[in-house]
Formats: sequence, structure tokens, C-alpha cells
Amino acid sequence: MTLLEFARGPALTVSLLVFFLGTTWRLWAIFRRPRKIDHSAPRRTDTVAGGLRAIWQRMLPRRAYERIGMTGTINAYAYHIGIAVIVFAFAPHIGFIERLTGLAWRALPDWVTYVATAFAIVGLVFALATRLTDDVQRLLSNFDDYFTWFVTLLPIVTGMALIEQRYVPATPMVAPATPDPTLLAVHLLSLELMLLWFPFGKLAHAVLVFVARYRTGVEFTRKGATL
Amino acid sequence: MSEADTRHPLDFDAPRFSIKNPAVRSDQQGELSDAERVDRAMKAFSRDMNSTVAAYLESCVHCGHCAQACHFYVTSQDPRHTPIWKIEPFKQAWKREAGPFAWLTRSFNLKPAVSADALREWQELLYDSCTMCGRCSMVCPMGIDIAALVGLARHAMFEAGLVPHELWAVAERAQREGSPLGATPKVLKERIEWLADEHEVEIPLDKPKAEVMITLSSIEIMKYPLSIVALARVLKRGGYDWTLRSDGYEATNFGLLSGNLEWQKDLSLRLIRAAVACEAKLLVLPECGHAYGALRWQGANAYGQPLPFEVLHISEFIARAMREGKIRTQTLKGSVTYHDPCQVSRRGGATGAAREVLAGLGAELREMPQAGDANWCCGGGGGVVTIHRADEHRRRAFSIKMKQVEASGADQLVTSCSNCRLSFDDGQAHYQWDRKMGSLLELVADNLDDASAAHA
Repeated sequence: MTLLEFARGPALTVSLLVFFLGTTWRLWAIFRRPRKIDHSAPRRTDTVAGGLRAIWQRMLPRRAYERIGMTGTINAYAYHIGIAVIVFAFAPHIGFIERLTGLAWRALPDWVTYVATAFAIVGLVFALATRLTDDVQRLLSNFDDYFTWFVTLLPIVTGMALIEQRYVPATPMVAPATPDPTLLAVHLLSLELMLLWFPFGKLAHAVLVFVARYRTGVEFTRKGATL
Repeated sequence: MSEADTRHPLDFDAPRFSIKNPAVRSDQQGELSDAERVDRAMKAFSRDMNSTVAAYLESCVHCGHCAQACHFYVTSQDPRHTPIWKIEPFKQAWKREAGPFAWLTRSFNLKPAVSADALREWQELLYDSCTMCGRCSMVCPMGIDIAALVGLARHAMFEAGLVPHELWAVAERAQREGSPLGATPKVLKERIEWLADEHEVEIPLDKPKAEVMITLSSIEIMKYPLSIVALARVLKRGGYDWTLRSDGYEATNFGLLSGNLEWQKDLSLRLIRAAVACEAKLLVLPECGHAYGALRWQGANAYGQPLPFEVLHISEFIARAMREGKIRTQTLKGSVTYHDPCQVSRRGGATGAAREVLAGLGAELREMPQAGDANWCCGGGGGVVTIHRADEHRRRAFSIKMKQVEASGADQLVTSCSNCRLSFDDGQAHYQWDRKMGSLLELVADNLDDASAAHA
């Protein structure tokens, strides 16, 4: 078995399994806990709408709080959107998803992904610089923060090494041929490392954010408090 | 030349040139081993571990935005005062003992077990440096209610016997005597007789039946007794059938502030039982922030079922009375700014009530920057005002409030929390500040439109 066959075969299967099962387990650890029973007379009863509103409202720092964290938030948007474009709008990646799921959509031009990559890398470097230099973030940070940063950047860097490779569009069920299988294998393995880490570290905030915001939204709405 | 010793900074603010002694930063109660303290803390914390708390403990991304929302961090610039850091030992315990991958964390010792020394170190962060004002909860991009987590962490600290001693002693006195400041039923009765006589108001006590049961804060009873007179005048003017009850009058709840759930429940049940006994349809809470949170939002849970009466904060009560035309006031001259008690406004959802009252007074309301739900805390809530070793820290936090008030340019300032008033009075004396915090209730009573009726 070549390295590429390993990356496309057992490594991908295992990493996807860990990703899905681990994330489900992490959510289950939250949902299996008892829910708070509240006998107080609610001021408002539209709590589900309040929970959903909280998910939306925490997307941006608010004026009432002097836009605390605005720089970090703008930067986070830069690399989150950058990564989203790379993953979901780059033709080879759509092909990869299509081979896995059968789902496909129209890709954006390659240059858009290149710009997005620049945003993602600059944003991630800025985020790390802030984490290393800001007293508060440095105190809060642990292995998870730095390793998560590493496994997020790694697929981008290994992917960039493939940019000069001639890309051969594949049919939905056949992977593209590549002149340098080792480079592609390393890229795939770096993605698989990220999938493996996802359930255990802070990457899981991608799903947890909806749970925490929603719960707070429900509780605050019940009290009639501002979200 | 030797370097300056930064461990013992010079105290330039003291009346005499002095060196700040390293403050004692940890108190403890009871004769327990360190292992027992940790065990009790962890058991208490796991008892509180519901699904929402678990979601919060799993979600922090360590962005640190909460620091900038905290008056203690902003005025100290000490990263340890970052709100989410204040619950770090409990996050650590969750990951190690109960989280989804606890077995992995323990097996590879990825998070060390929480030690008693760590809990002692965190005592200052959980008590001296947090008023549970909830400003941090509002800016967390993950939506974590950090203030609620601090409240739960305090339960654990109390169980471990690791509470600042002054706060513990005040809470213990409240539990034993029924009041944290010695406002026992006997003292209450004497005070009421004196106030009724001195100010010619009727203050009914222990009526067997009444539609409205009024509760007080011992700060009002002992330090701001004119609030009780104001209350009597407003209620008389509104024509209410009301009473105070000697078996349930103290609305402050130091069980909640210190972290003792049993005491919190007991103090709440005294009020609830008294209201049930006099068949009250409405229980009115005094000008006290945390009393509102304790009874309005947690009282029914202590009771184990919905309360058989309505609970209103005094500002909500007056707003309703004005809306219903039961109370009319003269137009207030000059401008006023309102300091929102965190537990009534941001944490309690009654932000609009005080403003409705001020609008009813025809007051020119000059809001402070970040008013209403985004208001900065006075620094004295959450029991912090009782902890003497926190005075310097608390007063530094109060300086934000002073700037806010000055920026409003208002002629007078009012609030609807006697604990906030206490904190303002202390700040005023400390900084020799020429502003005096007033009471919204007293402002209304002083401006009732029919003075003769009010004094009848």
C-alpha cells in the first residue's frame, strides 16, 4: 500500500469515524446531563425564538459594549471565511466531497481560493501572534489552543504545496491523478489529523457554539433580559 | 543599585507613607484536610452540573474578550481577573472528572487534579474579584454565562470551607439571626415604631392577611431607614392593603452570595412562607439587586413549585402603580441619571421599570455611557462590599462608575439597590467625591403629587 493509498483508504476512514463518533460523543456528554427545571414565572415564553436570536446576535460585538473584541472578531471572520472558501469552494475539494458523499456544487474560480488562502494564513498568524503577546490570552491558553492552531494551518500549508501541481478534474467516483502522490498524501494526512483532533479540542466549538448560545438565549429570554 | 521590590509596592494613597503588606488572600472555615476540602468542592460542583453548565464548560475558545467587560480586570489589568479564568479549576475538574473524555484526561494526566491550594488561590478570584454582575456573559462570543458559573463555583467553595471569612460570617449571622446586619424581628419592630412615630406614617406589621407583602433589605433597615418611610408613603398613596411580616421581611440573601445553597433556600423559604401565611397576592422586593435574583428567579426553585403569588421588584411595583394611575407625582426638576443594579436590570430583565418610573416623574433622564443592560457594576455587589481585604480593588473598580456618572452630566443620581448605594457612599467618602447616590423609591415618595395625602 502506497502512502497515498493509505491516506485515501484506512486513514481517511478512521479519521472520519473519529470525527463523527467523537463529536457525537462530545455532544452526548452535554445532552445526557439533566436539564435545569425552572419553576419561576417566566417574563417571556418565546424562549426558542430567543435561543435562535442569541445564536445570531453573538455573531458580532455590540455597540453597547463598546464593540469589545472587535479586532479579534474581524480577524476570526477573515480566517473562518477563508477556510470555508478553501474547503467548500475550491474545485478539487468539491470533487473530494463529491466522492465521499455524492454531493457537489459549482466551484468558485481558483483565484478566489488563493485570496481566501491568504486571508486564512494571515488571520491565523495574527491570531497566534495575539495569543502569544496578549497577557490575557496567554494566560488562558493551553496545549489545545496551540495544537488546534497547528492542525488548522497544516492542511492549508500542505495544500499550497500542491498548487503548482497540474490538477486533473476527476469523475465523481474517481480520484484525480496527480504527478506527485506523496505531496497529495501528506495533504490528505494533514486534513485527517485535523479531523482526528476535532472532537477532542477546541475545533469542536464549530458545533458547541450553537448549543451554548442557544441555552443562554433561552434562559435570558425567559427572564426578559437583553441577549 | 538594587532593583525596586515589586512584591511590596509603595502605597502612595495612604495617609502616611507606607508599604503595602501582602494581604491575606485566603480564609478557611472548619477543620478539614486538604483532600476533604477538594472532595467536597468537587461533589458540590458536580451536583450543579446540568446540561447547560456542561455546554458552557465545553465551549470556551480562550478568546479573552470577557476580560475587557470586567470592571475588576479593566482597573487592575491583572490577567488573573479575566472572568473565565475565575472558574479555571472547575473547568479543569470537569475535563478530568466528568467531561466526555475524562477517562483519557485522567489516564494520561492531561489535566492535573485540582488541589486545595489552587482553590485557596482562586478564593480571591471567585469572591473578591467578581460581583457576578454578568457583564462578561454579555460579550462572550460563545454565549457562556460566566457569571452563572461563578455562582456555581461559589457553591463548591462554600462546601470546601473556603469562603472569605467576613462574607462567611455575615452569611452565618443572616442564617442564625434572620438578618446579616442584626436587623432581628425585635430590632425591626423597634425601628418601625420609631419611624412611624417620627414621620407620622402607618407601617403595618404582621397583619394576618394582606394583598401585598413588603420585604426589606437590612441595609435599608439599619442604614437607610427613610426608605421604609418612603415605602409607607407610596403604599398609602396607592391605597394598597399591605403588611410587613416579622416572620419574613429580610430579602437580602447571603446564602446566595456566599454560596451556601441550604442557607439560600432557607432564607427564601422564610419569605415565601410568610407570604403564603398572609395570603398575599403580591410580594414586593426592596431596593436590592441580588434579592431580586434570589427570589424572583430562584425562589420558586427553592420552593419546589411555582410560587402562589407574584413577585415584583419595587421599581416594577412603582412603575405598575404609576401606569394604573394609583400613584401620581409632581414633575421632577433638574436632570437625573440612573445606575442600573446588575441583578435587576442585566441579570433580572427589569431594566425598563426604573426608566418608566423616571419618565412618570417627568425627569430629564441623562443616561450614562453604557447605561441600562450594558451598565458597569458599582463593584460592591456579589458580597464583595463585605470583604475588607477587597476594598482597594473594589474602589478601583468604582472609579469607572464615577467617570460614568460625571459623563452623564446629570444633576442627581439614583439607583434602586441599597447595596449599590452603600458602595457609592463608600466610594464617595474614599474619593471625597461630591456626588451622592439617591434612592429611586425615595425620589418618588418625595415627589408624590398630593403631599397632604402622602403624609396623612
